[in-house]
Amino acid sequence: MSPGSLLRGVARRPVLALALAVIIGVFACALLAPLLAPYAPDDQMFDGLSLDGAPLPPSAQFLLGTDTLGRDLLSRLIYGARTSLLIGLVANGTAVMIGLAVGVIAGYFSGLLGGVLMRFTDLMTAFPALLLAIVLAALLKPSLWIVAMVIAMVNWVQVARIGYTETRSLAERDFILAERAMGAGNLRILTRHILPHLVPTAIVWGTLGIATTVLLEATLSFLGIGVQPPQPSWGNIVFESQSYFQSAPWLVFFPGAAILATALSFNLVGDALRDLIDPTQRGRD
Amino acid sequence: MVLLLARRLTQAALILLGVAAITFVLLYALPADPAVLLAGRNATPQTVANIRHQLGLDLPLPVQFWNYIVHLLQGDLGRSFNQKTAVAPLILARLPATLTLMAAGIAIEVMIGLTLGVIAAVRRDGAIDRLVMTLSFVGVSTPQFLVALLLLYVFAATLGWFPMSGYGTPAHLVLPAFTLGILGAGWYARIVRSAMIDVLGQDYVRTAHAKGVPAARVVLRHALPNALLPVIAMIGIDIGQFMSGAVVVEAVFGWPGIGQLAWQAIQQVDIPIIMGVTLVSALAIVLGNLLADLIAPFIDPRIRAG
Repeated sequence: MSPGSLLRGVARRPVLALALAVIIGVFACALLAPLLAPYAPDDQMFDGLSLDGAPLPPSAQFLLGTDTLGRDLLSRLIYGARTSLLIGLVANGTAVMIGLAVGVIAGYFSGLLGGVLMRFTDLMTAFPALLLAIVLAALLKPSLWIVAMVIAMVNWVQVARIGYTETRSLAERDFILAERAMGAGNLRILTRHILPHLVPTAIVWGTLGIATTVLLEATLSFLGIGVQPPQPSWGNIVFESQSYFQSAPWLVFFPGAAILATALSFNLVGDALRDLIDPTQRGRD
Repeated sequence: MVLLLARRLTQAALILLGVAAITFVLLYALPADPAVLLAGRNATPQTVANIRHQLGLDLPLPVQFWNYIVHLLQGDLGRSFNQKTAVAPLILARLPATLTLMAAGIAIEVMIGLTLGVIAAVRRDGAIDRLVMTLSFVGVSTPQFLVALLLLYVFAATLGWFPMSGYGTPAHLVLPAFTLGILGAGWYARIVRSAMIDVLGQDYVRTAHAKGVPAARVVLRHALPNALLPVIAMIGIDIGQFMSGAVVVEAVFGWPGIGQLAWQAIQQVDIPIIMGVTLVSALAIVLGNLLADLIAPFIDPRIRAG
Protein backbone atom coordinates (compact mmCIF):
# COMPACT_ATOMS: atom_id res chain seq x y z
CA MET A 1 0.00 0.00 0.00
CA SER A 2 1.47 3.30 -1.07
CA PRO A 3 1.74 6.26 1.29
CA GLY A 4 -0.61 8.20 -0.99
CA SER A 5 -3.46 5.72 -0.79
CA LEU A 6 -2.89 5.43 2.94
CA LEU A 7 -3.29 9.19 3.31
CA ARG A 8 -6.42 9.19 1.16
CA GLY A 9 -7.80 6.35 3.30
CA VAL A 10 -7.24 8.40 6.43
CA ALA A 11 -8.78 11.50 4.87
CA ARG A 12 -11.99 9.56 4.17
CA ARG A 13 -12.34 8.78 7.89
CA PRO A 14 -12.52 12.07 9.79
CA VAL A 15 -12.65 10.40 13.23
CA LEU A 16 -9.43 8.53 12.48
CA ALA A 17 -7.78 11.69 11.15
CA LEU A 18 -8.73 13.49 14.36
CA ALA A 19 -7.32 10.65 16.46
CA LEU A 20 -4.01 10.81 14.56
CA ALA A 21 -3.93 14.58 15.07
CA VAL A 22 -4.43 14.11 18.84
CA ILE A 23 -1.58 11.61 19.01
CA ILE A 24 0.71 13.94 17.07
CA GLY A 25 -0.36 16.77 19.39
CA VAL A 26 0.43 14.74 22.52
CA PHE A 27 3.85 13.81 21.13
CA ALA A 28 4.48 17.47 20.30
CA CYS A 29 3.54 18.52 23.86
CA ALA A 30 5.83 15.88 25.33
CA LEU A 31 8.81 16.77 23.13
CA LEU A 32 8.42 20.55 23.06
CA ALA A 33 6.98 21.08 26.57
CA PRO A 34 9.40 23.90 27.53
CA LEU A 35 8.57 25.80 24.31
CA LEU A 36 4.81 25.27 24.39
CA ALA A 37 4.08 25.75 28.09
CA PRO A 38 3.30 29.39 28.93
CA TYR A 39 4.68 29.00 32.50
CA ALA A 40 6.99 26.66 34.38
CA PRO A 41 4.91 23.65 35.52
CA ASP A 42 5.93 23.93 39.19
CA ASP A 43 5.89 27.73 39.42
CA GLN A 44 3.56 28.61 42.34
CA MET A 45 2.50 32.04 41.21
CA PHE A 46 1.29 34.74 43.57
CA ASP A 47 -1.25 35.97 41.03
CA GLY A 48 -2.24 32.33 40.32
CA LEU A 49 -4.54 32.34 43.35
CA SER A 50 -7.50 34.52 44.25
CA LEU A 51 -7.25 36.90 47.22
CA ASP A 52 -8.63 34.26 49.57
CA GLY A 53 -6.29 31.62 48.19
CA ALA A 54 -8.64 29.73 45.86
CA PRO A 55 -7.56 28.40 42.44
CA LEU A 56 -8.50 30.63 39.48
CA PRO A 57 -10.93 29.55 36.73
CA PRO A 58 -9.85 29.68 33.06
CA SER A 59 -9.05 33.23 31.90
CA ALA A 60 -6.97 35.03 29.27
CA GLN A 61 -3.92 34.96 31.56
CA PHE A 62 -4.32 31.30 32.60
CA LEU A 63 -6.08 29.60 29.67
CA LEU A 64 -7.19 26.53 31.64
CA GLY A 65 -7.13 28.13 35.08
CA THR A 66 -4.76 27.43 37.97
CA ASP A 67 -4.52 24.68 40.57
CA THR A 68 -4.72 24.81 44.35
CA LEU A 69 -1.08 25.95 44.62
CA GLY A 70 -1.43 28.70 42.04
CA ARG A 71 0.30 26.77 39.26
CA ASP A 72 -0.83 27.13 35.63
CA LEU A 73 -2.97 24.09 34.73
CA LEU A 74 -2.24 24.26 30.98
CA SER A 75 1.51 24.16 31.64
CA ARG A 76 1.09 21.22 34.00
CA LEU A 77 -1.02 19.37 31.43
CA ILE A 78 1.60 19.96 28.72
CA TYR A 79 4.37 18.61 30.96
CA GLY A 80 2.00 15.83 32.08
CA ALA A 81 1.95 14.61 28.47
CA ARG A 82 5.64 13.72 28.96
CA THR A 83 4.82 11.52 31.94
CA SER A 84 1.90 9.80 30.25
CA LEU A 85 3.74 9.13 26.98
CA LEU A 86 6.94 8.05 28.69
CA ILE A 87 5.08 5.53 30.83
CA GLY A 88 2.90 4.58 27.88
CA LEU A 89 5.88 3.81 25.65
CA VAL A 90 8.16 2.22 28.27
CA ALA A 91 5.52 0.20 30.15
CA ASN A 92 3.70 -0.93 27.06
CA GLY A 93 6.88 -1.59 25.10
CA THR A 94 8.09 -3.82 27.93
CA ALA A 95 4.71 -5.56 28.16
CA VAL A 96 4.65 -6.27 24.42
CA MET A 97 8.21 -7.63 24.52
CA ILE A 98 7.53 -9.88 27.53
CA GLY A 99 4.26 -11.02 25.97
CA LEU A 100 5.82 -11.79 22.58
CA ALA A 101 8.77 -13.61 24.18
CA VAL A 102 6.50 -15.78 26.33
CA GLY A 103 4.03 -16.39 23.49
CA VAL A 104 6.65 -17.23 20.86
CA ILE A 105 8.69 -19.49 23.11
CA ALA A 106 5.60 -21.29 24.38
CA GLY A 107 4.20 -21.63 20.87
CA TYR A 108 7.43 -22.81 19.25
CA PHE A 109 8.73 -25.14 21.94
CA SER A 110 5.39 -26.76 22.62
CA GLY A 111 6.78 -29.40 24.97
CA LEU A 112 7.30 -29.04 28.69
CA LEU A 113 8.64 -25.46 28.50
CA GLY A 114 5.71 -24.26 26.39
CA GLY A 115 3.23 -26.04 28.64
CA VAL A 116 4.64 -24.44 31.77
CA LEU A 117 4.70 -20.96 30.20
CA MET A 118 1.11 -21.18 28.98
CA ARG A 119 -0.17 -22.53 32.32
CA PHE A 120 1.53 -19.53 33.93
CA THR A 121 -0.17 -17.25 31.42
CA ASP A 122 -3.54 -18.87 32.21
CA LEU A 123 -2.82 -18.28 35.87
CA MET A 124 -2.15 -14.60 35.21
CA THR A 125 -5.53 -14.21 33.44
CA ALA A 126 -7.19 -15.27 36.69
CA PHE A 127 -5.30 -12.53 38.54
CA PRO A 128 -7.29 -9.42 39.37
CA ALA A 129 -5.00 -7.12 37.35
CA LEU A 130 -6.07 -3.74 38.71
CA LEU A 131 -5.85 -4.99 42.30
CA LEU A 132 -2.40 -6.47 41.66
CA ALA A 133 -1.18 -3.20 40.15
CA ILE A 134 -2.56 -1.20 43.07
CA VAL A 135 -0.99 -3.52 45.64
CA LEU A 136 2.41 -3.47 43.94
CA ALA A 137 2.42 0.27 43.32
CA ALA A 138 1.33 1.00 46.90
CA LEU A 139 3.82 -1.27 48.61
CA LEU A 140 6.82 -0.38 46.47
CA LYS A 141 8.28 3.10 46.76
CA PRO A 142 6.42 4.90 44.01
CA SER A 143 8.40 6.41 41.15
CA LEU A 144 7.85 6.81 37.46
CA TRP A 145 9.88 3.69 36.62
CA ILE A 146 8.24 1.55 39.30
CA VAL A 147 4.82 2.54 37.97
CA ALA A 148 5.94 1.65 34.43
CA MET A 149 7.23 -1.76 35.53
CA VAL A 150 4.10 -2.52 37.56
CA ILE A 151 1.96 -1.74 34.53
CA ALA A 152 4.17 -3.89 32.29
CA MET A 153 3.86 -6.79 34.75
CA VAL A 154 0.08 -6.87 34.53
CA ASN A 155 -0.33 -6.01 30.84
CA TRP A 156 1.73 -8.62 28.97
CA VAL A 157 -0.76 -11.45 29.28
CA GLN A 158 -3.00 -10.67 26.31
CA VAL A 159 -0.05 -10.23 23.94
CA ALA A 160 1.36 -13.57 25.14
CA ARG A 161 -1.87 -15.38 24.26
CA ILE A 162 -2.06 -13.84 20.79
CA GLY A 163 1.66 -14.43 20.15
CA TYR A 164 1.20 -18.04 21.22
CA THR A 165 -1.74 -18.67 18.88
CA GLU A 166 0.00 -17.05 15.91
CA THR A 167 3.29 -18.86 16.52
CA ARG A 168 1.50 -22.21 16.79
CA SER A 169 -0.25 -21.75 13.45
CA LEU A 170 2.97 -20.49 11.82
CA ALA A 171 5.09 -23.32 13.19
CA GLU A 172 2.86 -25.90 11.49
CA ARG A 173 3.04 -24.30 8.06
CA ASP A 174 4.88 -26.02 5.23
CA PHE A 175 7.50 -23.34 4.65
CA ILE A 176 8.78 -23.78 8.21
CA LEU A 177 8.94 -27.53 7.66
CA ALA A 178 10.84 -26.98 4.40
CA GLU A 179 13.20 -24.61 6.13
CA ARG A 180 13.88 -27.16 8.84
CA ALA A 181 14.39 -29.92 6.24
CA MET A 182 17.05 -27.75 4.64
CA GLY A 183 18.87 -27.70 7.93
CA ALA A 184 17.89 -24.38 9.50
CA GLY A 185 18.26 -24.27 13.26
CA ASN A 186 15.66 -23.09 15.74
CA LEU A 187 17.32 -19.70 16.13
CA ARG A 188 17.25 -19.04 12.39
CA ILE A 189 13.64 -20.14 12.02
CA LEU A 190 12.59 -18.00 14.97
CA THR A 191 14.40 -14.84 13.95
CA ARG A 192 14.01 -15.07 10.18
CA HIS A 193 10.57 -16.62 9.80
CA ILE A 194 8.49 -16.45 12.95
CA LEU A 195 9.32 -13.03 14.39
CA PRO A 196 8.89 -11.08 11.12
CA HIS A 197 5.35 -12.45 10.85
CA LEU A 198 4.61 -11.15 14.32
CA VAL A 199 5.65 -7.56 13.58
CA PRO A 200 2.09 -6.51 12.61
CA THR A 201 0.76 -7.97 15.88
CA ALA A 202 3.42 -6.10 17.81
CA ILE A 203 2.53 -2.84 16.05
CA VAL A 204 -1.21 -3.26 16.72
CA TRP A 205 -0.71 -4.12 20.39
CA GLY A 206 2.02 -1.55 20.75
CA THR A 207 -0.65 1.02 19.83
CA LEU A 208 -3.74 -0.40 21.55
CA GLY A 209 -1.75 -1.14 24.69
CA ILE A 210 -0.72 2.49 25.12
CA ALA A 211 -4.39 3.34 25.73
CA THR A 212 -4.63 0.74 28.51
CA THR A 213 -1.34 1.92 29.96
CA VAL A 214 -2.27 5.61 29.98
CA LEU A 215 -5.52 4.73 31.75
CA LEU A 216 -3.83 2.51 34.33
CA GLU A 217 -1.20 5.15 35.08
CA ALA A 218 -3.96 7.73 35.50
CA THR A 219 -5.86 5.42 37.84
CA LEU A 220 -2.80 4.67 39.99
CA SER A 221 -1.86 8.35 40.12
CA PHE A 222 -5.48 9.29 40.91
CA LEU A 223 -5.28 6.98 43.95
CA GLY A 224 -2.04 8.71 44.96
CA ILE A 225 0.20 5.68 44.39
CA GLY A 226 1.37 6.45 40.87
CA VAL A 227 3.64 9.24 39.71
CA GLN A 228 4.31 11.47 42.71
CA PRO A 229 3.74 15.24 42.78
CA PRO A 230 5.26 17.73 42.11
CA GLN A 231 6.11 15.86 38.88
CA PRO A 232 2.91 16.45 36.90
CA SER A 233 0.90 13.54 35.55
CA TRP A 234 -2.70 13.82 34.30
CA GLY A 235 -3.80 11.39 37.01
CA ASN A 236 -2.06 13.05 39.92
CA ILE A 237 -3.38 16.51 38.97
CA VAL A 238 -6.86 15.07 39.60
CA PHE A 239 -5.60 13.35 42.77
CA GLU A 240 -4.25 16.64 44.13
CA SER A 241 -7.42 18.60 43.46
CA GLN A 242 -10.31 16.15 43.73
CA SER A 243 -11.48 17.54 47.07
CA TYR A 244 -11.92 20.91 45.30
CA PHE A 245 -13.84 19.51 42.36
CA GLN A 246 -17.09 21.20 43.36
CA SER A 247 -15.58 24.66 43.54
CA ALA A 248 -12.90 24.15 40.86
CA PRO A 249 -14.28 21.53 38.44
CA TRP A 250 -11.79 22.55 35.70
CA LEU A 251 -9.04 20.90 37.75
CA VAL A 252 -10.77 17.54 37.23
CA PHE A 253 -12.28 17.92 33.79
CA PHE A 254 -9.32 19.21 31.76
CA PRO A 255 -6.88 16.49 32.88
CA GLY A 256 -9.71 13.96 32.54
CA ALA A 257 -10.34 15.14 28.99
CA ALA A 258 -6.62 14.86 28.19
CA ILE A 259 -6.58 11.23 29.40
CA LEU A 260 -9.77 10.39 27.53
CA ALA A 261 -8.65 12.03 24.27
CA THR A 262 -5.25 10.31 24.38
CA ALA A 263 -6.53 6.84 25.28
CA LEU A 264 -9.37 7.08 22.76
CA SER A 265 -7.00 8.16 19.97
CA PHE A 266 -4.58 5.29 20.57
CA ASN A 267 -7.51 2.85 20.68
CA LEU A 268 -9.00 4.15 17.42
CA VAL A 269 -5.66 4.20 15.58
CA GLY A 270 -4.78 0.73 16.94
CA ASP A 271 -8.13 -0.60 15.77
CA ALA A 272 -7.63 0.94 12.33
CA LEU A 273 -4.17 -0.66 12.13
CA ARG A 274 -5.72 -4.02 12.99
CA ASP A 275 -8.22 -3.61 10.14
CA LEU A 276 -5.41 -2.66 7.80
CA ILE A 277 -3.36 -5.72 8.71
CA ASP A 278 -6.24 -8.17 8.81
CA PRO A 279 -9.11 -6.92 6.63
CA THR A 280 -11.29 -9.94 7.52
CA GLN A 281 -11.65 -8.49 11.00
CA ARG A 282 -12.96 -5.16 9.75
CA GLY A 283 -15.82 -3.89 11.84
CA ARG A 284 -15.76 -6.91 14.10
CA ASP A 285 -14.01 -8.01 17.22
CA MET B 1 -21.37 -32.78 31.69
CA VAL B 2 -20.59 -33.90 35.24
CA LEU B 3 -17.14 -34.95 34.11
CA LEU B 4 -16.57 -31.59 32.45
CA LEU B 5 -17.72 -29.80 35.58
CA ALA B 6 -15.38 -31.89 37.75
CA ARG B 7 -12.45 -31.13 35.46
CA ARG B 8 -13.20 -27.41 35.39
CA LEU B 9 -13.53 -27.29 39.18
CA THR B 10 -10.19 -29.05 39.62
CA GLN B 11 -8.62 -26.55 37.21
CA ALA B 12 -10.19 -23.71 39.16
CA ALA B 13 -8.80 -25.03 42.45
CA LEU B 14 -5.30 -25.32 40.93
CA ILE B 15 -5.49 -21.79 39.53
CA LEU B 16 -6.52 -20.43 42.93
CA LEU B 17 -3.64 -22.26 44.57
CA GLY B 18 -1.29 -20.70 42.03
CA VAL B 19 -2.73 -17.23 42.61
CA ALA B 20 -2.32 -17.75 46.37
CA ALA B 21 1.32 -18.78 45.93
CA ILE B 22 2.25 -15.85 43.67
CA THR B 23 0.45 -13.28 45.81
CA PHE B 24 2.04 -14.67 48.94
CA VAL B 25 5.54 -14.48 47.55
CA LEU B 26 4.97 -10.99 46.13
CA LEU B 27 3.55 -9.61 49.36
CA TYR B 28 6.22 -11.00 51.61
CA ALA B 29 9.06 -10.15 49.26
CA LEU B 30 8.08 -6.48 49.21
CA PRO B 31 10.02 -3.98 51.30
CA ALA B 32 6.98 -2.79 53.29
CA ASP B 33 7.17 -4.35 56.79
CA PRO B 34 3.75 -4.64 58.46
CA ALA B 35 5.35 -5.07 61.91
CA VAL B 36 7.11 -1.71 61.70
CA LEU B 37 3.88 -0.07 60.60
CA LEU B 38 1.84 -1.67 63.38
CA ALA B 39 4.39 -0.83 66.06
CA GLY B 40 4.06 2.85 65.31
CA ARG B 41 6.54 5.65 65.00
CA ASN B 42 8.36 5.48 68.34
CA ALA B 43 8.58 1.72 68.75
CA THR B 44 11.78 0.08 70.02
CA PRO B 45 13.32 -2.70 67.94
CA GLN B 46 12.18 -5.06 70.73
CA THR B 47 8.51 -4.11 70.25
CA VAL B 48 8.82 -4.59 66.50
CA ALA B 49 10.41 -8.00 67.06
CA ASN B 50 7.62 -8.97 69.47
CA ILE B 51 4.93 -7.98 67.00
CA ARG B 52 6.73 -9.83 64.24
CA HIS B 53 6.76 -12.92 66.45
CA GLN B 54 3.08 -12.57 67.36
CA LEU B 55 2.10 -12.39 63.68
CA GLY B 56 4.31 -15.34 62.83
CA LEU B 57 6.37 -13.16 60.50
CA ASP B 58 9.64 -14.46 62.00
CA LEU B 59 9.04 -17.98 60.69
CA PRO B 60 10.79 -19.07 57.47
CA LEU B 61 8.76 -18.09 54.39
CA PRO B 62 8.01 -21.68 53.23
CA VAL B 63 6.67 -22.48 56.72
CA GLN B 64 4.48 -19.38 56.66
CA PHE B 65 3.17 -20.32 53.23
CA TRP B 66 2.48 -23.93 54.30
CA ASN B 67 0.54 -22.69 57.34
CA TYR B 68 -1.41 -20.30 55.15
CA ILE B 69 -2.40 -22.99 52.63
CA VAL B 70 -3.38 -25.46 55.38
CA HIS B 71 -5.65 -22.85 56.93
CA LEU B 72 -6.96 -21.84 53.52
CA LEU B 73 -8.06 -25.40 52.77
CA GLN B 74 -10.10 -25.24 55.97
CA GLY B 75 -11.76 -22.05 54.76
CA ASP B 76 -9.69 -19.87 57.09
CA LEU B 77 -8.25 -16.76 55.45
CA GLY B 78 -6.20 -15.80 58.51
CA ARG B 79 -6.50 -12.83 60.86
CA SER B 80 -6.22 -9.17 59.99
CA PHE B 81 -3.04 -7.53 61.31
CA ASN B 82 -4.80 -4.26 62.13
CA GLN B 83 -8.33 -5.16 63.07
CA LYS B 84 -7.32 -8.29 65.05
CA THR B 85 -10.28 -10.23 63.66
CA ALA B 86 -10.66 -13.06 61.17
CA VAL B 87 -10.44 -11.99 57.52
CA ALA B 88 -13.22 -14.20 56.11
CA PRO B 89 -16.08 -12.48 58.03
CA LEU B 90 -14.62 -9.06 57.14
CA ILE B 91 -14.84 -9.95 53.45
CA LEU B 92 -18.26 -11.60 53.81
CA ALA B 93 -19.60 -8.44 55.44
CA ARG B 94 -18.51 -6.43 52.36
CA LEU B 95 -19.92 -8.92 49.86
CA PRO B 96 -23.56 -7.64 49.76
CA ALA B 97 -22.46 -4.09 48.86
CA THR B 98 -20.12 -5.29 46.10
CA LEU B 99 -22.62 -7.80 44.70
CA THR B 100 -25.38 -5.15 44.64
CA LEU B 101 -23.16 -2.73 42.75
CA MET B 102 -22.01 -5.50 40.41
CA ALA B 103 -25.57 -6.62 39.61
CA ALA B 104 -26.79 -3.07 39.03
CA GLY B 105 -23.75 -2.17 36.91
CA ILE B 106 -24.11 -5.27 34.74
CA ALA B 107 -27.87 -4.72 34.35
CA ILE B 108 -27.27 -1.18 33.07
CA GLU B 109 -24.49 -2.31 30.71
CA VAL B 110 -26.63 -5.06 29.25
CA MET B 111 -29.75 -2.93 28.82
CA ILE B 112 -27.96 -0.05 27.08
CA GLY B 113 -25.65 -2.41 25.19
CA LEU B 114 -28.42 -4.66 23.86
CA THR B 115 -30.55 -1.73 22.71
CA LEU B 116 -27.74 0.12 20.94
CA GLY B 117 -26.19 -3.07 19.55
CA VAL B 118 -29.44 -4.31 17.99
CA ILE B 119 -30.23 -0.92 16.47
CA ALA B 120 -26.70 -0.64 15.08
CA ALA B 121 -26.88 -4.11 13.52
CA VAL B 122 -30.31 -3.56 11.96
CA ARG B 123 -29.37 -0.13 10.61
CA ARG B 124 -25.91 -1.23 9.61
CA ASP B 125 -23.62 1.59 8.40
CA GLY B 126 -26.24 4.13 9.45
CA ALA B 127 -25.65 7.08 11.75
CA ILE B 128 -26.42 5.11 14.94
CA ASP B 129 -24.15 2.27 13.81
CA ARG B 130 -21.19 4.60 13.32
CA LEU B 131 -21.94 6.33 16.61
CA VAL B 132 -22.03 2.97 18.44
CA MET B 133 -18.73 1.85 16.92
CA THR B 134 -17.02 5.04 18.10
CA LEU B 135 -18.81 5.12 21.47
CA SER B 136 -17.70 1.58 22.23
CA PHE B 137 -14.13 2.89 22.23
CA VAL B 138 -15.04 5.93 24.31
CA GLY B 139 -16.25 3.55 27.03
CA VAL B 140 -12.96 1.66 27.24
CA SER B 141 -10.92 4.88 26.96
CA THR B 142 -12.47 6.80 29.84
CA PRO B 143 -11.01 6.66 33.33
CA GLN B 144 -13.61 5.54 35.88
CA PHE B 145 -12.80 8.44 38.17
CA LEU B 146 -13.65 10.97 35.47
CA VAL B 147 -17.16 9.58 34.93
CA ALA B 148 -17.64 9.16 38.68
CA LEU B 149 -16.65 12.76 39.42
CA LEU B 150 -18.65 14.09 36.44
CA LEU B 151 -21.81 12.31 37.59
CA LEU B 152 -21.20 13.55 41.13
CA TYR B 153 -20.73 17.12 39.90
CA VAL B 154 -23.88 17.19 37.78
CA PHE B 155 -26.38 14.96 39.62
CA ALA B 156 -25.26 15.27 43.24
CA ALA B 157 -23.50 18.62 43.73
CA THR B 158 -25.40 20.73 41.17
CA LEU B 159 -28.84 19.16 40.78
CA GLY B 160 -28.92 17.46 44.19
CA TRP B 161 -30.90 14.47 42.86
CA PHE B 162 -28.68 11.85 44.47
CA PRO B 163 -26.52 11.73 47.61
CA MET B 164 -22.78 12.49 47.24
CA SER B 165 -21.70 9.23 48.82
CA GLY B 166 -22.74 6.46 51.14
CA TYR B 167 -24.71 3.26 51.12
CA GLY B 168 -28.07 1.90 52.18
CA THR B 169 -30.82 3.30 49.95
CA PRO B 170 -31.50 2.76 46.24
CA ALA B 171 -30.65 6.45 45.65
CA HIS B 172 -27.10 5.77 46.84
CA LEU B 173 -26.74 3.01 44.27
CA VAL B 174 -27.69 5.03 41.17
CA LEU B 175 -24.51 7.03 40.50
CA PRO B 176 -21.92 4.30 41.22
CA ALA B 177 -23.94 1.76 39.21
CA PHE B 178 -24.25 4.15 36.26
CA THR B 179 -20.51 4.87 36.40
CA LEU B 180 -19.80 1.18 35.84
CA GLY B 181 -22.75 0.73 33.47
CA ILE B 182 -22.11 3.67 31.13
CA LEU B 183 -18.45 2.71 30.74
CA GLY B 184 -19.18 -0.94 29.98
CA ALA B 185 -22.24 -0.42 27.77
CA GLY B 186 -20.29 0.57 24.65
CA TRP B 187 -18.39 -2.70 24.52
CA TYR B 188 -21.60 -4.71 25.01
CA ALA B 189 -23.15 -2.77 22.13
CA ARG B 190 -20.14 -3.66 19.97
CA ILE B 191 -20.38 -7.35 20.83
CA VAL B 192 -24.14 -7.49 20.28
CA ARG B 193 -23.82 -5.64 16.96
CA SER B 194 -21.16 -8.00 15.69
CA ALA B 195 -23.09 -11.13 16.74
CA MET B 196 -26.37 -9.77 15.36
CA ILE B 197 -24.83 -8.99 11.97
CA ASP B 198 -23.70 -12.62 11.77
CA VAL B 199 -27.10 -13.98 12.73
CA LEU B 200 -29.11 -11.60 10.54
CA GLY B 201 -27.16 -12.84 7.53
CA GLN B 202 -28.19 -16.46 8.06
CA ASP B 203 -30.67 -18.38 5.93
CA TYR B 204 -33.26 -19.00 8.63
CA VAL B 205 -33.61 -15.27 9.16
CA ARG B 206 -34.21 -14.78 5.45
CA THR B 207 -36.75 -17.60 5.55
CA ALA B 208 -38.56 -15.91 8.43
CA HIS B 209 -38.68 -12.66 6.48
CA ALA B 210 -39.91 -14.52 3.40
CA LYS B 211 -42.71 -16.17 5.41
CA GLY B 212 -43.94 -12.69 6.21
CA VAL B 213 -43.00 -12.60 9.89
CA PRO B 214 -43.02 -8.97 11.05
CA ALA B 215 -39.52 -7.47 10.97
CA ALA B 216 -39.47 -6.58 14.66
CA ARG B 217 -40.40 -10.15 15.57
CA VAL B 218 -37.68 -11.58 13.33
CA VAL B 219 -35.08 -9.39 14.97
CA LEU B 220 -36.16 -9.81 18.57
CA ARG B 221 -37.50 -13.38 18.67
CA HIS B 222 -35.66 -15.18 15.89
CA ALA B 223 -32.29 -13.47 15.72
CA LEU B 224 -31.52 -11.89 19.11
CA PRO B 225 -31.57 -15.09 21.22
CA ASN B 226 -28.90 -16.54 18.95
CA ALA B 227 -26.73 -13.47 19.37
CA LEU B 228 -26.70 -13.65 23.16
CA LEU B 229 -23.82 -16.10 23.65
CA PRO B 230 -21.04 -13.49 23.54
CA VAL B 231 -23.08 -11.32 25.92
CA ILE B 232 -23.22 -14.18 28.43
CA ALA B 233 -19.45 -14.63 28.09
CA MET B 234 -18.94 -10.90 28.65
CA ILE B 235 -21.14 -10.93 31.76
CA GLY B 236 -18.99 -13.80 33.06
CA ILE B 237 -15.90 -11.65 32.57
CA ASP B 238 -17.51 -8.65 34.28
CA ILE B 239 -18.43 -10.72 37.34
CA GLY B 240 -14.71 -11.23 37.81
CA GLN B 241 -13.79 -7.66 36.87
CA PHE B 242 -16.20 -5.91 39.23
CA MET B 243 -15.32 -7.97 42.32
CA SER B 244 -12.18 -5.94 43.00
CA GLY B 245 -12.06 -3.79 39.87
CA ALA B 246 -14.50 -1.25 41.30
CA VAL B 247 -11.84 0.07 43.72
CA VAL B 248 -11.96 3.54 42.21
CA VAL B 249 -15.76 3.75 42.06
CA GLU B 250 -16.05 2.46 45.63
CA ALA B 251 -13.42 4.96 46.80
CA VAL B 252 -15.07 7.97 45.10
CA PHE B 253 -18.61 7.12 46.26
CA GLY B 254 -17.66 5.78 49.69
CA TRP B 255 -19.28 2.47 48.77
CA PRO B 256 -18.43 -0.07 51.50
CA GLY B 257 -17.58 -2.99 49.22
CA ILE B 258 -14.67 -5.36 48.68
CA GLY B 259 -12.73 -2.74 46.72
CA GLN B 260 -12.86 -0.27 49.58
CA LEU B 261 -11.80 -2.97 52.06
CA ALA B 262 -8.84 -3.78 49.81
CA TRP B 263 -7.87 -0.13 49.42
CA GLN B 264 -7.89 0.44 53.20
CA ALA B 265 -5.90 -2.77 53.77
CA ILE B 266 -3.32 -1.80 51.13
CA GLN B 267 -2.68 1.51 52.87
CA GLN B 268 -2.14 -0.29 56.19
CA VAL B 269 -0.11 -3.15 54.64
CA ASP B 270 -2.66 -5.52 56.17
CA ILE B 271 -1.37 -8.51 54.23
CA PRO B 272 -3.97 -11.12 55.31
CA ILE B 273 -6.81 -8.90 54.06
CA ILE B 274 -4.96 -8.15 50.78
CA MET B 275 -4.39 -11.91 50.30
CA GLY B 276 -8.04 -12.62 51.09
CA VAL B 277 -9.42 -10.04 48.68
CA THR B 278 -7.04 -11.17 45.92
CA LEU B 279 -8.19 -14.78 46.34
CA VAL B 280 -11.87 -13.86 46.44
CA SER B 281 -11.38 -11.77 43.27
CA ALA B 282 -9.54 -14.58 41.52
CA LEU B 283 -12.35 -16.92 42.60
CA ALA B 284 -14.89 -14.51 41.08
CA ILE B 285 -12.90 -14.39 37.81
CA VAL B 286 -12.75 -18.19 37.61
CA LEU B 287 -16.40 -18.67 38.66
CA GLY B 288 -17.61 -15.95 36.28
CA ASN B 289 -16.03 -17.73 33.32
CA LEU B 290 -17.26 -21.11 34.55
CA LEU B 291 -20.80 -19.77 34.97
CA ALA B 292 -20.79 -18.39 31.43
CA ASP B 293 -19.63 -21.77 30.09
CA LEU B 294 -22.30 -23.59 32.07
CA ILE B 295 -25.12 -21.30 30.92
CA ALA B 296 -24.07 -21.41 27.24
CA PRO B 297 -25.55 -24.89 26.51
CA PHE B 298 -28.95 -23.78 27.78
CA ILE B 299 -28.96 -20.84 25.40
CA ASP B 300 -27.53 -22.72 22.46
CA PRO B 301 -28.47 -26.43 22.40
CA ARG B 302 -25.84 -27.04 19.70
CA ILE B 303 -23.15 -26.73 22.37
CA ARG B 304 -24.92 -29.38 24.47
CA ALA B 305 -24.99 -31.80 21.54
CA GLY B 306 -21.42 -31.12 20.42
